[in-house]
Amino acid sequence: MANADCIVLQGGNMAEAHPVGFQWVAEAKARGAKVIHVDPRFTRTSAVADKHIAIRVGSDVALLGALINHVLTHDLWFRDYVLAYTNAARLVSADFRDTEDLGGLFSGFDPETGTYDNTTWAYDEGSDDTLQDPRTVFQILKRHYARYTPELVQQVCGISEADFIYLADAVTGNSGRERTTCWAYATGWTQHTFGAQFIRTAAVLQLLLGNVGRPGSGIMALRGHASIQGSTDIPTLFNLFPGYLPMPVAGRHDTLDAYLAAVGNTQQKGFWANADTYFVSLMKAYFGDAATAENDWYFDRLPRLTGPHSTYETAMAMIDDQVEGYFVLGQNPAVGSANGKLQREAMRHLKWLVVRDLSLIESATWWQDSPEVLSGEVRTEDIETEVFFLPAATHVEKAGSFTQTQRLLQWRHQAVQPPGECQSELDFFLELGQRIRSLVADSGDERDRPLLDMTWDYPDDETGNPDPQAVLREINGYRTGEHGQRELVSGFGELKADGSTSSGCWIYAGVFAGDENKAARRVPGGGAGVSQSQWGWAWPADRRILYNRASADPDGKPWSDRKKYIWWDEEQQRWVGDDVPDFPVDRAPHSRPDPALGGPAALGGDDPFIMQSDGKGWLFAPSGLVDGPLPTHFEPQESPVRNLLYPQQQSPARVIYPREDNLDAPSAGEQGADVFPFVFTTYRLTEHHTAGGMSRWLPYLSELQPEMFCEVSPQLAAERGLVNEGWATIVSPRAVIEAKVLVTERMTPLTIDGRTVHQIGLPYHWGVGNEALVTGDAANDLIGVTLDPNVLIQESKVGSCDIVAGRRPRGAAAEALLASYNERAGVTVQTDNQRITDPPAELHDPAPGDDRDQEGWTRW
Amino acid sequence: MVNSWNPVRGGWAHELSGPTDPATDSGWTEHEARRGFFTDTSICIGCKACEVACKEWNRNPRDGDLELTGWSYDNTQGLGASTWRHVAFIEQDAARVEQARESGRRLVDLGMPRIGAPTADAPVDRTPPDTAEFRWLMASDVCKHCTHAGCLDVCPTGALFRTEFGSVVVQPDVCNGCGTCVAGCPFGVIERRSDGTAAPTTREGERKGEQPKVPRRGVAQKCTLCYDRLVDGQTPACAKTCPTTSIKFGEHAELVAAARDRVRELHEQGMPEARLYGANELDGVGGTGSVFLLLDEPEVYGLPPDPRVPTADLQVMFRRAGFAAAGMVAAAVVAFVGGGR
Repeated sequence: MANADCIVLQGGNMAEAHPVGFQWVAEAKARGAKVIHVDPRFTRTSAVADKHIAIRVGSDVALLGALINHVLTHDLWFRDYVLAYTNAARLVSADFRDTEDLGGLFSGFDPETGTYDNTTWAYDEGSDDTLQDPRTVFQILKRHYARYTPELVQQVCGISEADFIYLADAVTGNSGRERTTCWAYATGWTQHTFGAQFIRTAAVLQLLLGNVGRPGSGIMALRGHASIQGSTDIPTLFNLFPGYLPMPVAGRHDTLDAYLAAVGNTQQKGFWANADTYFVSLMKAYFGDAATAENDWYFDRLPRLTGPHSTYETAMAMIDDQVEGYFVLGQNPAVGSANGKLQREAMRHLKWLVVRDLSLIESATWWQDSPEVLSGEVRTEDIETEVFFLPAATHVEKAGSFTQTQRLLQWRHQAVQPPGECQSELDFFLELGQRIRSLVADSGDERDRPLLDMTWDYPDDETGNPDPQAVLREINGYRTGEHGQRELVSGFGELKADGSTSSGCWIYAGVFAGDENKAARRVPGGGAGVSQSQWGWAWPADRRILYNRASADPDGKPWSDRKKYIWWDEEQQRWVGDDVPDFPVDRAPHSRPDPALGGPAALGGDDPFIMQSDGKGWLFAPSGLVDGPLPTHFEPQESPVRNLLYPQQQSPARVIYPREDNLDAPSAGEQGADVFPFVFTTYRLTEHHTAGGMSRWLPYLSELQPEMFCEVSPQLAAERGLVNEGWATIVSPRAVIEAKVLVTERMTPLTIDGRTVHQIGLPYHWGVGNEALVTGDAANDLIGVTLDPNVLIQESKVGSCDIVAGRRPRGAAAEALLASYNERAGVTVQTDNQRITDPPAELHDPAPGDDRDQEGWTRW
Repeated sequence: MVNSWNPVRGGWAHELSGPTDPATDSGWTEHEARRGFFTDTSICIGCKACEVACKEWNRNPRDGDLELTGWSYDNTQGLGASTWRHVAFIEQDAARVEQARESGRRLVDLGMPRIGAPTADAPVDRTPPDTAEFRWLMASDVCKHCTHAGCLDVCPTGALFRTEFGSVVVQPDVCNGCGTCVAGCPFGVIERRSDGTAAPTTREGERKGEQPKVPRRGVAQKCTLCYDRLVDGQTPACAKTCPTTSIKFGEHAELVAAARDRVRELHEQGMPEARLYGANELDGVGGTGSVFLLLDEPEVYGLPPDPRVPTADLQVMFRRAGFAAAGMVAAAVVAFVGGGR
């Protein structure tokens, strides 16, 4: 980021939520970069940006789509980059229908299941390098975004044309051969019903501008906590193995061959074709000698997915009494998860609950001090859940690695021993596993076989704790040496599918190469080079910038001296430069290997996107996303605004849960929409940690932000009689909460399609309970559960509410207030949960050649 | 070296106002280069890491009553006996921003008297920055470690002393809690930590939950410039933790030069409101060890516009008292001489 000439921070609040990483934005700014913050609120990030642009929550695809349109119509795209490195010229199936044709749907939608069949999104044979064929990705892209204009941005996002042009000029003026623009986002983009598509829109724009794989370019995902990136790489997710290998699905991946073909078939270009080496090495790390060629490297004993098992699915299964026990570690769902009431109800159905934390968080004490117990709705003596609280070691009481947003592993040394009975995660799980194994040691049950076969041989370090470096070595991986001895591998290229290698996470292979813990490297400033290569270790293969082949032109020369990074050295016949080349190091720029070779060998000299099956950056995604090949603007699940672009109001493929305990406010145009007329958004403050488990028990942090508050504009304050430092009650169809009021010009009412839309800001750090130093109502109680279908994240960045002055009613009166609101609004389980908003306008499939007058489609 | 400190400050020989090297002036024959802070508020992100790092290092107790103040994001409100770094948050509308610019332009036109000698003939581009309709100022305040420190000069017990780094530090085991220094500080920095009885500050609050015992009750407390870290060659905790280098620590002379460069740079970027605070050694405290770059009048940040150490006028006061005494003697003489009639 420090190398960027322009940084757009959108869908995130970097200075407040990532203050340490923000040093690089400050550095870029000191070097003359322009910094623009696009956000519903004027935050501490806006305060130090060159410009803040206020946007309506959840309308980012409209803004980014308009930037794409602007770049295409004004011919500002980076032609040489786009032609060489993207799929712009590829032809798409003649059966493909765009949202322009189907009123907001792509071809292949099944209204019954709410899912797409993506057959018609596939490439056709051939391409057109003139980009003129109407079936090229480029022409489809142009048509798709043709109606995303500055006027539309003004109407949908509330951003003036002048501000739009400012942003467009800043971005396009800082892109091209000589300059680069970087985007950074956080949960302001992800936590939406089509959040993955927000990021895709930025990816399309950045590819068009040539801002991928080059210094100061790209799209930075600002992760939510220390090592959230690490817990995706070595996942705490139900659907992934380490290194982004998917979990097998029952019925679809019944054999190892079927599974591997789905992960990456050996005929495709790029490094996913080697998935067999990654998978077999993982099984060898897990099961050692028990994984053999004969038993398909233990594939048959692995559990299979039978459906989504996200945290929300699991909570609902608890309510249905399908889940007996629950481990809560490093999270506080009673406060931190959407629809907190549903979460707490779910935990009341458990037989047992284990909470491991630093303090007695609300998820451990809800049985005696939750809002439901305090209101009398639930009595403690009626709750049968047995709750175990186990004290956890803090980050200074254990060693290990954090993987941050730039894929950098950084080692953390232990400063002190954990006090009392506090344990590190490693210590706890190792002991738990060993105890379970000893319980089933004599079991003849085949079901217990994997538990007994697992390699589980971690030695203690000098402090008497399990040695985390032994775990990192196992993750790095071993090969069997000449004399049968174990040797650490130096990279994932050494992994084999014949059982002679092991690796706990193929993308981390090399972190312990040469028996050096490279995550622990701490040369001040990262050393002399621009890539700071002597600080920590970046996966994969210590590459600091992904796809960095794209930093050179098709001939292998730097696009410009200013943005020089990796280039082809004719003499050495190798890629050289300031980073580890993210490319086969000796593949000449113009080489054209036989595509039939498959895998890395098939990559052409101008295929920088080495993880894609065609080696190109995807402007159009024929596969990979379940809700469409091109990002499209929809309104959130609840919205006081109609979708001005399509008859389809919400993302059609969103995951919905029509339930009595998960009601939604009527959207614009529906009766009762005026009962919940305001938009709220939730977020974090620098002073607190997410649901408060690591901050509300600490006096130094609690005093800095002691009470739950809401942020409102002076205009809304006047309209609703709210006063600074006074109280407000906020009502959504899920809950009633109260908060102190901050009246501030940092909140701006927006004019959307001719009327005023007020946005209310709600930090989500506080929870109801007796243990913390500071407590308060939880913003997440207001939020419903509707998910993005790609990643099953909840839409917690936007919802509809009402706000009135004064404190909320207590006891049963609060429930009565909620009921009266929902009754007035006519809320039912069906509200907002229709798949197709306007079936006649959307399900009509125009015949090929039916040249619709585009103008006629600008308004429904 | 700490042990070589000589508590005898050379009587009235040391300067009471104007430019001087404070360590030499205090009787240090050998000393370190003067250290200080340069707090560049134009790059402060208001994270308050300085407040927390300061309290952690110095083991200062929590402040306040755990209630929202309603002052933007400022819930600690000011410097005190337990809060030695404090981040102010100021929200300003377009009219106020223009006033700040105008006052800045006047300073530029006057040759920036607040930063001493006029800076080089830097071209002043008056193009306004992009965001002019609203701004949110953040500034981390701290003890100024004045060249002429009111707290130190009025302390009757010698509890306050000038270190070899030119900073001013309280010795809590010497302080008797008389509170003279509190009135002596023109910035309102030093305070006595509440002892729970006469409560010189009411900001201790109800102490909910488990709390460490409040140390050093009843005695005067303020920033030490992390004296205990300095003697080990370490950077003060606040500067060490600041993620954007808004708080810079170093040799005072170098920091002042860097601060002047930064002001010039901001002026060139069309921000005439940028100005320095505490860098003028001709001001009422002889300049401060902690120098600030501000984007508005000092009063906006809760800083006195023209701080003056109470002892600065001591010589004049003595002279006048002398004249007055002589006058009275003369009057008495005249009365006797003339009253015999």
